[in-house]
Amino acid sequence: MTTDTARTPARPGLRIDFHIWGPVVALLALIALGAWLNPNFLSYGNVTNVLARSAFIGIIAVGMTFVITSGGLDLSVGSMAAFIAGVMILVMNALAPSMGVGWGVILVGMLVALAVGLAAGLVNGLLITQARIEAFIVTLGTMGIFRSLITWLADGGTLSLDFAVREVYRPVYYSGLFGVAWPIVVFAAVVVLGEIVMRKTPFGRHCAAIGSNEQVARYSAVNVERVRLATYVLLGILVGIATIMYVPRLGSASSSTGVLWELEAIAAVIIGGTVLKGGFGRVWGTAVGVLILSLIGNILNLADLVSPYLNGAIQGVIIILAVVLQRQKKAER
Amino acid sequence: MKLKALAGALAVGIALAGPATAQDTETAVIGVSIPAATHGWAGGLNFHAQQTIRELEERYENLDFVLSTASDPGQQVSDIEDMMATRNIDALVVLPFESEPLTGPVQRVKEAGKWVTVVDRGLSQENIEDLYVAGDNTAFGRVAGEFFRERMQGGGKIVVLRGIPTTIDNERVEAFQAAIEGSGIEIVGMEHGNWNRDDAFEVMQDFLSRHAEIDAVWAADDDMAVGALEAINQAGRQDQMWVLGGAGMKEMIKRLMDGDTVVPANVTYPPAMISTAIELTALNYVSRAPVSGRFIIGSVLITPENAESFYFPDSPF
Repeated sequence: MTTDTARTPARPGLRIDFHIWGPVVALLALIALGAWLNPNFLSYGNVTNVLARSAFIGIIAVGMTFVITSGGLDLSVGSMAAFIAGVMILVMNALAPSMGVGWGVILVGMLVALAVGLAAGLVNGLLITQARIEAFIVTLGTMGIFRSLITWLADGGTLSLDFAVREVYRPVYYSGLFGVAWPIVVFAAVVVLGEIVMRKTPFGRHCAAIGSNEQVARYSAVNVERVRLATYVLLGILVGIATIMYVPRLGSASSSTGVLWELEAIAAVIIGGTVLKGGFGRVWGTAVGVLILSLIGNILNLADLVSPYLNGAIQGVIIILAVVLQRQKKAER
Repeated sequence: MKLKALAGALAVGIALAGPATAQDTETAVIGVSIPAATHGWAGGLNFHAQQTIRELEERYENLDFVLSTASDPGQQVSDIEDMMATRNIDALVVLPFESEPLTGPVQRVKEAGKWVTVVDRGLSQENIEDLYVAGDNTAFGRVAGEFFRERMQGGGKIVVLRGIPTTIDNERVEAFQAAIEGSGIEIVGMEHGNWNRDDAFEVMQDFLSRHAEIDAVWAADDDMAVGALEAINQAGRQDQMWVLGGAGMKEMIKRLMDGDTVVPANVTYPPAMISTAIELTALNYVSRAPVSGRFIIGSVLITPENAESFYFPDSPF
């Protein structure tokens, strides 16, 4: 079973295009609206801002695409990001005096972030695959655990990265490669790799197979538990990568870090065309979904369209519309 | 909930066993219910509450405290019910998460003949509490507005970052707007930064893209000021504007003391007001001093000259 067969159930040619391109159409419409409302919308500065701030959710959402495609869910990623950021800051602050302020400390910090992310993903994955507890319950539990741990580590306040270390680390968010900020470069790389893995590798096809019918996948000699576990570990590592890009931005972590990131990531995945019940995933669609979500906020800030009290409502309407657009096209035939 | 009640009952057993046998005077139990440390200011609140309780328990042997922190109004109601049912409190010090949902439960505590101290967020019905201790949100906005007025004599363009949409935020913003009225200062943008660093960073980035001329920022909260300052640095426009935060976060007070020109002042809204409330409530049981009434803690302007006395390096906020 491949992703292609999962997607084809007898839909005539021309209309499939609109179904696939639905999120892209929504994105282009938002870009046109933004450009029309404010001339600075397409300026280098604003485009960089929007793409860079999308990067955290975006990197996480790519991992979430694999989890959801294989029929799972992870609610703990926002708290996990906050926890990883906290541990990373504590480790770097502790090592700075002995190791000296420099890239050495920061590299250790990055490794810690990846290791903690991997471990956190492994815990989620093992509880789900080995202890056979519902993913929703496991990750709801770990969500609370990670959130409490960061509050406890920060003593209810804010953990701040040592000032000197932060000055060295800062360019990871604020500068970039040929004028493209690092978070954008990493986000793009993660999306491209994710798309390749989803389309071209057995792992990607196994995810879709498990999500669409676990029993059949099992009979087809797919190691269901291992693939499932791998999706959560992959997501954990990607949360680590996202945190590596996040920490240099403000150099701090607190109990309010990463609140609701999990829902934004899940929303982006669904807007992008991945099926919430699993069985079909589209990584590039997820990237488009993330951009749609951040553009809404950006446009609302750039133009006084509605009372700021209603920002959430506008976001909600656009999320639903973006999904309705695709689903209706599908239902029509 | 059952488990919690059981744990509470156990704890009260242990707590009562200690001091009650140690001395003859009656032990007063004071329950303290506050929101959990979900943002910087609340973190400071938790810190000061814990510290005050520790000090008071050392100072007075006949006082016992129960502290609970809630992350939503529903949980806070349960906490208070548990305190009544299992800890047999004599007084309640409560900083309501939200006014409406907490009014009924707190009223029942009062009706049971307990002393009630309400902190910061008033209840939606009057005359329930014996003692009301609060910061002055109107003054918070007004002091900030007056500072803008004085510093921007010829007028100018400013942007405002608002907090989480609540009465507190509305009172502050209305007072601020009233204070700058007629001064030629124009608010060119006003959005919610939700008292959050990340949100404020993004809103400020967008304000900077949108407006070529911004002379000053009223961030209204130091967490938001941190985010806004970072966005301004990123745009390289720190020479064009200054930022007024609020609530007196230690890092911001430090910058102020160091003479940072982008951060010229601050306005207090001390989380330590919980200490005032707990101490006053405790006085009711250890002295004859009358403590019922209203105690409003003013918001004052912190400038480099007086910053020293507002700097608490040990506090998490």
